[in-house]
Amino acid sequence: MPVKPAPPGTSDAPMDAPSVQTLWLLAVRDHRDRAAFGQLFDFYAPRIKSMLMRGGMSAAAVEDIVQDAMIKVWQRAEQFDPTRAPASAWIYRIARNRQIEVLRRERRPLPDDLISGDEASDPDAADIIGLQQDANHLRAALHRLPQDQRIMIEQAFLGELTHSEIRDATGLALGTIKSRIRLALERLRHDLRTLR
Amino acid sequence: MNTVTHHLPDWMIRAYVAGGLGRAFSLVVAAHVTLCDECRAQMEGEEASGGIVFEDQRPEAVAVDLKARVMASLDTVPASPAQPAQQGIYPGAVMAALKGRAPRWRTLGGGIRQAVLSHDAEGSARLLYIPGRVAVPDHGHKGLELTLVLQGSFADETGRFAVGDVEVAGAELEHQPIAEQGAPCICLAATDAPLRFSSFVPRLLQPIFRI
Ligand SMILES: [Zn+2]
Repeated sequence: MPVKPAPPGTSDAPMDAPSVQTLWLLAVRDHRDRAAFGQLFDFYAPRIKSMLMRGGMSAAAVEDIVQDAMIKVWQRAEQFDPTRAPASAWIYRIARNRQIEVLRRERRPLPDDLISGDEASDPDAADIIGLQQDANHLRAALHRLPQDQRIMIEQAFLGELTHSEIRDATGLALGTIKSRIRLALERLRHDLRTLR
Repeated sequence: MNTVTHHLPDWMIRAYVAGGLGRAFSLVVAAHVTLCDECRAQMEGEEASGGIVFEDQRPEAVAVDLKARVMASLDTVPASPAQPAQQGIYPGAVMAALKGRAPRWRTLGGGIRQAVLSHDAEGSARLLYIPGRVAVPDHGHKGLELTLVLQGSFADETGRFAVGDVEVAGAELEHQPIAEQGAPCICLAATDAPLRFSSFVPRLLQPIFRI
């Protein structure tokens, strides 16, 4: 995929490239690239730790979850679909799943996966870039919010609000990203149907 | 894909994504998303938002040897078994709650059966089996009640619910769902507080039936 990466985690990233994190994750997925995994670790492990420390767990307990989550990133990379999730969203989900599993001592109920078979049509780089653009718009929208609303959204996603607090708070308007994901799901359903 | 017309509220999907939902509601969210691409897209959109907030955080340094430990165990740690797959009308999350077995139905009377899946301080989840044209006893509830149709359909004061549809009933709703003619209606129902049946099952028996 001949696309130039955007610098990590910046809001002024170029709008025409997947994030460098997504490219690292694709390198892990497609080539079992350990150096790229090392980059993912350096970027995400301290952020998983940061998120989990808010829950009041000890640093040692948190680092156990960081370790488990990063190993799952390696093990499950083949399930990563860059037309539906940027690397950040996918790793956020894995970290959450593992945290809930540890805290509740049971598996989190998960939606059944929708995974394309090998024969399914290869996603277009344009779809991946489109999703990244939507994610960039989402980040820009978050940064434009009044500070109190922005803090509330951050607290919600970092696990600091109860479900009734989340109910009463306003969410981030998803904009076009939802319809783009919806289209990707439709394509996937279509591919799965043709496979059968 | 079914044509789902009754969806989960966005806030509930957001609460699931953020890890703030209890076990019973999480089960309904996961099961509904399995059956509904509209809410799956909403969930993945919420995850994209979560990912942005997650990525924007100030990083917290991890122990110096953590990376080496992770790199060393990449190919040695066995992958944990996946959640059981969807089977028949039951999404994988429900199959997991059933421990991979068929539901063990208990008769409630009037042809209605239930199988309790989970029951704790945060709420309860169960499968309900209601023969066609039978009414689920009129009940109100202290908290929220989610009812997801897995087979057949039911109708109540608020509308008609077919496979994939989820009814979200607040404490104010005293409703009387009636299974429609045809195949028995099988639902996944979850509450964040015990149900209060206003008739049918004497209140005294409720702790025994765990409803
Ligand atoms: Zn839905």
